[in-house]
Amino acid sequence: MSVLVAIPVLLPLGAAGLSMAFGRFADVQRWLGLLVLGVIVVDATVLLYIADAHAPLVLYLGGWAAPVGIALVADRLAALLLLISVVVMFAVLLYSIGQRITDYGRGTSSTTFHPIYLVLCAGVSLAYLTGDLFNLFVAFEIMLSASYVLITRRTTANRVRAGMTYTIVSLSSSVLFLTLIGLVYSATGTVNLADLAGETEKLPQAPATALALLMVIVFGVKSAMVPLHFWLPDSYPNAPAPITAIFAALLTKVGIYAMIRTQILVFDRGPSWRLMLVLALATMLVGALGALAQNDLNRLLSFLLVSHIGFMLFGLGVYDVAGLTGVILYIVHHITVQAALFLVSGLVTRYTGTVALSRMGGLVRISPLVAVLFALPALSLAGVPPFSGFVAKLALLQSGIGVGTGWAYAAAAGAVLTSLLTLYAVARVWTRVFWGRTRPPEGDPDPTDELVVGTGDTSRAMVHATGVLVCATVLVAVLAGPLAAVSERAAEDLISGEAYRTAVLEGGGVGG
Amino acid sequence: MSSVNLTMAIVLGGLYATGFYLLLQRSLMRVLLGIVILGHGANLLLQQAGGAPAGRPPMLGEAPVRLMSDPLPQAMALTAIVITFALTTFLLALAYRAWQLLGHDEVQDDVEDRRIRRLESELAEGESAENEQELDSEATR
Amino acid sequence: MTEHEHREKSGGPSSTESWFRSDAPAERWLLSGYSRDSRERTILLELVVRVLFPTVIVFSLYLLFAGHSRSGGGFSGGLVAGQAFVLRYLAGGRLDDSSTFSMRPPVLIGVGLTIAVLMGFLPVLFGGLVLESGTFAFTAPLLGKIKIASNLFLDVGVYLLIIGVVLDLLRTLGSGVEADIAASGEERR
Repeated sequence: MSVLVAIPVLLPLGAAGLSMAFGRFADVQRWLGLLVLGVIVVDATVLLYIADAHAPLVLYLGGWAAPVGIALVADRLAALLLLISVVVMFAVLLYSIGQRITDYGRGTSSTTFHPIYLVLCAGVSLAYLTGDLFNLFVAFEIMLSASYVLITRRTTANRVRAGMTYTIVSLSSSVLFLTLIGLVYSATGTVNLADLAGETEKLPQAPATALALLMVIVFGVKSAMVPLHFWLPDSYPNAPAPITAIFAALLTKVGIYAMIRTQILVFDRGPSWRLMLVLALATMLVGALGALAQNDLNRLLSFLLVSHIGFMLFGLGVYDVAGLTGVILYIVHHITVQAALFLVSGLVTRYTGTVALSRMGGLVRISPLVAVLFALPALSLAGVPPFSGFVAKLALLQSGIGVGTGWAYAAAAGAVLTSLLTLYAVARVWTRVFWGRTRPPEGDPDPTDELVVGTGDTSRAMVHATGVLVCATVLVAVLAGPLAAVSERAAEDLISGEAYRTAVLEGGGVGG
Repeated sequence: MSSVNLTMAIVLGGLYATGFYLLLQRSLMRVLLGIVILGHGANLLLQQAGGAPAGRPPMLGEAPVRLMSDPLPQAMALTAIVITFALTTFLLALAYRAWQLLGHDEVQDDVEDRRIRRLESELAEGESAENEQELDSEATR
Repeated sequence: MTEHEHREKSGGPSSTESWFRSDAPAERWLLSGYSRDSRERTILLELVVRVLFPTVIVFSLYLLFAGHSRSGGGFSGGLVAGQAFVLRYLAGGRLDDSSTFSMRPPVLIGVGLTIAVLMGFLPVLFGGLVLESGTFAFTAPLLGKIKIASNLFLDVGVYLLIIGVVLDLLRTLGSGVEADIAASGEERR
């Protein structure tokens, strides 16, 4: 049974190997990738069911017990996020195949895209499932090194520049992460997350605070928290649309997940964490205001991404069950919505040949379907009532007001303001892109580059994949009730930490 | 908690300082060296985290268990070294590619920085934005 | 460099060069005195590598097999084997076509990774945990008692993977760059 926990990590790795060995056979690579991701979707569903109905599923790798060996733990939070992430990865892979960015150049086949994509999947899964701080570092490195390759694949001058910023910033934060692990180990003598929870309590106040802050910085860089966000809007938009979509949807969320997991499990803290509330406020406002200044569709979406990271930090800052429920709901909502928006941006680019908002127009007459596909996630992102964003935002605002401190009120007010600014930003995109004078698609400035291709048509797989994701965002709204219930139980687990600790340290979990 | 060897603490400080100094340089080659040195610093820190350095190799049957040094930081450092090695080669390849495409390997300002700087100079000169188009096309490339 | 230029440079002593060649050997040390490729070669290194290459490979295999209970293992074994190929590349350059066996590095990486992961899953079939390792011993005639740990097979996967990575590095950052330089040199000419 415990092998179920290893499947999301090891299966894509093995498949990446096979995919690499079959580098000459593009069809084999495609079907292998889709098959593996499909299997993991099923597996993650089972994991979520077990974690929710029974107890966290724990696997001790190689049979070495917890504080020394490496444990993989699928509790409610990890399984839920894993499920959503893999669904998004599946849709994006379909889209990538449709856009033919998986091919090398036009006409020849690539050996790199599919293996790297699967490695990325393994890294993301490992980051969710691991119960060990050092293994979390390894997961981040697997994930990030895959992303370095994806972002600089088929390099143009601009992409090299963007890739440099991205790589250097990520590497520096990785070095800090390694430093953090060294300090944590020398202070406590363990890197197992469940074990750390007990050990940090014994530490004096000063080193514990220092470790907590270093963690905030490390994961703050990974999750693009203001003022550590500057690399994101500069690098993400330069990748092809589906790759940007997967980065925006998953990589920052994994950072947030790591921040939540480490802070709450490891450090004991009362409700309302002031520092995090201030950072959340700054992140929300800087992101939203930055988005308003953009003319490039992808850069605008990237700034919105930064701004909505702030919402998740806000929930973490509230630091109680209600706040964390909001965060988990928000992550689920945002993973699907953000990916869908970037995929739609890719579709839009197909019709316009450019990502500059000032040079687009009238798309609603050319392709009403794309307009609908954009409108649903965009309204959801802004938090307009029937959609998924509304539920999550409402939960966050309620929790913020429930805490009742000054900074919580300020952050709640900032969240409302940011929602309005987001609505303004997406409305601006709507009027620029879909209304107005119809323009002919611009020519392809660089035929070897798949980023800007004003071919005027889209492949069926691209539209289907986007459709699947948009349906998923709607589904998140429809299933808000059960999702909120699961999120609340996950949040309770997080705050008490008891289920996690007993599962990992005392063998109280399923499996073993 | 054991106290830290002073020599090692100084060496660590030196490695981190050098690493971060190089990281702040423009040339990707220096940045790469900075990352490598920082990686060495972090790995040394991991080693130090294991406590008393003078232990026997942690191999079963080679020495009594109480004389062995802590194997866990060594395992972690080994993993970290492998990762640093892999990423160093990646950065090398990237630097080569940059040199090939751009003729240099300097890390450039991001688009937002350049936009703000241009805005500033325009405000100073009172001229109209004539190369907005250019930067747009750069941002969208 | 054309054949003609080459012969002029390395051929008979001209008046200005004779002083530098006063200690040149009078007879041929190697059987074939000329080679078809005209690049600069370091014969000494080539000879040493020819002797050293099998030795290093055998040492890497020792590390691979010793890895279960002593220092070594698939990773370090693979790296040492990779170093053997690096040596050969240093001596022979990108035009070295002396190998009789060729496999594309990505395929080697892929096969290695697949083997490693499969071996990670294998214990599950026997009711163990993922990545668990067991040992089995048997007595073979002449060799005596042999003990094999099951994670040796995982190490074999890692070994292949690492060799593949090193070869791929040599191909892209070594000969790839070299080819680029050669191509740009030809363009300039």
